[in-house]
Amino acid sequence: MGIEFDFGAVLAEWPLLLRGVAWTLGLTAVGTVLGLAVGTLCAWARSGGPTWLRVLASTYVELIRNTPFIVQLFFIFFGLPAAGVKLSPEVASIIAMVMNLGAYSTEIIRAGIEATPKGQIEAAVSLALSKAQVFLRVVLPPALKKVWPAMVSQIVIVMLGSAVCGQISTEELSYAANLIQSRNFRAFESFIVATLIYLALAVALRRLLNWAGPRFFFGR
Amino acid sequence: MVDFSLWDILRNLLMALRWTVVLSLIAFVGGGLVGALLLFARLRGGKAAARAVGLYVQLFQGTPLLMQLFLAYFGIALFGIDVSAWTAASVALTLYTSAFLTEIWRGCVASIPKGQWEASGSLALSFGEQMRHVILPQAVTIAIAPTVGFLVQVIKGTALASVIGFVELTKAGSMISNATFQPFVVFSCVALLYFVLCFPVSLYAKTLERKTHGRRA
Repeated sequence: MGIEFDFGAVLAEWPLLLRGVAWTLGLTAVGTVLGLAVGTLCAWARSGGPTWLRVLASTYVELIRNTPFIVQLFFIFFGLPAAGVKLSPEVASIIAMVMNLGAYSTEIIRAGIEATPKGQIEAAVSLALSKAQVFLRVVLPPALKKVWPAMVSQIVIVMLGSAVCGQISTEELSYAANLIQSRNFRAFESFIVATLIYLALAVALRRLLNWAGPRFFFGR
Repeated sequence: MVDFSLWDILRNLLMALRWTVVLSLIAFVGGGLVGALLLFARLRGGKAAARAVGLYVQLFQGTPLLMQLFLAYFGIALFGIDVSAWTAASVALTLYTSAFLTEIWRGCVASIPKGQWEASGSLALSFGEQMRHVILPQAVTIAIAPTVGFLVQVIKGTALASVIGFVELTKAGSMISNATFQPFVVFSCVALLYFVLCFPVSLYAKTLERKTHGRRA
């Protein structure tokens, strides 16, 4: 029994694949920027905020970290409309990705914050810096530097996780692969091609973030 | 129009929850076995084997689990084997888990000081004896916490099997939501059940981590 592959039929649909890649990267970019912002806020809340805020932030973090991404996505896309909030697939995907990365990055950034020597904070306070200034200029940059490798891994995981967003018909890469295989019945080939593109994106994204981190986020 | 009570929904979700548990166990045990084999291959098999295992790990860590599930589902079918969602999900999740576990465990073995290898080697212990008597007892202690922690990822990973038609908690949630027109309630319950399953494991992993760090410090 011979198996014949026809990758040409899949590659001929390159505009669809390209669109998928663009959506995947777009979702990842927005998700990363907003997710890191949420993570930083919650990390600050968990390490220096008032008690009620700490409890709120920890509840959010534990809820997200102990439920699957696909369930979070379904809850936002299918569940929330029943409660009166109607969202497009793209917006629902972004919200889910931001919430997800936000929770994970909270823990990662907090680990970095807790590793900051107390003397540095005391020194900064004695220089009459405000609380916000101490956090943004003294605590956060070295904390980010320490945990950047873990953060990069998490961002890559969120990018790969975005494949699930195709399930609510966001037109990212896995959705494109699904569409292609439904047109030409070349399921295995379409998913091989999509998987290899994901692999290339993951490698490239890791390189990009490792390069960009020291230049733009925490200095060298 | 039939009305569904919260108990009807919850009872049906609980019935589906056991398949999530079973699939998680299959993936964890299968992944552990394959992962251990790969680890030994990497430690013992010379440069080529180390590189091959490294590639394997990168392949599974650098691609979405969803794609791996699709590839298993359609890939096994290519060989003319009638593939059920059970087979495809078990195969994909086992391979995925093995890649992560072998990498976690490699880190644990690598954290054993080189002197331990050299000392046991100079006592004329064979590789097997070195592993059994010197390296593994120490590495396993370090490995327990991250391994338990990874179990949470495996449980959450099984949710993706719903996409290829495996009826576990998430799929049951979608089906019940379609039948009851109460997506908000249903998906809240689904999320809650996953939380009830995963949170104790997370807590346990954290406790273990604190213990091992305390012992080593």
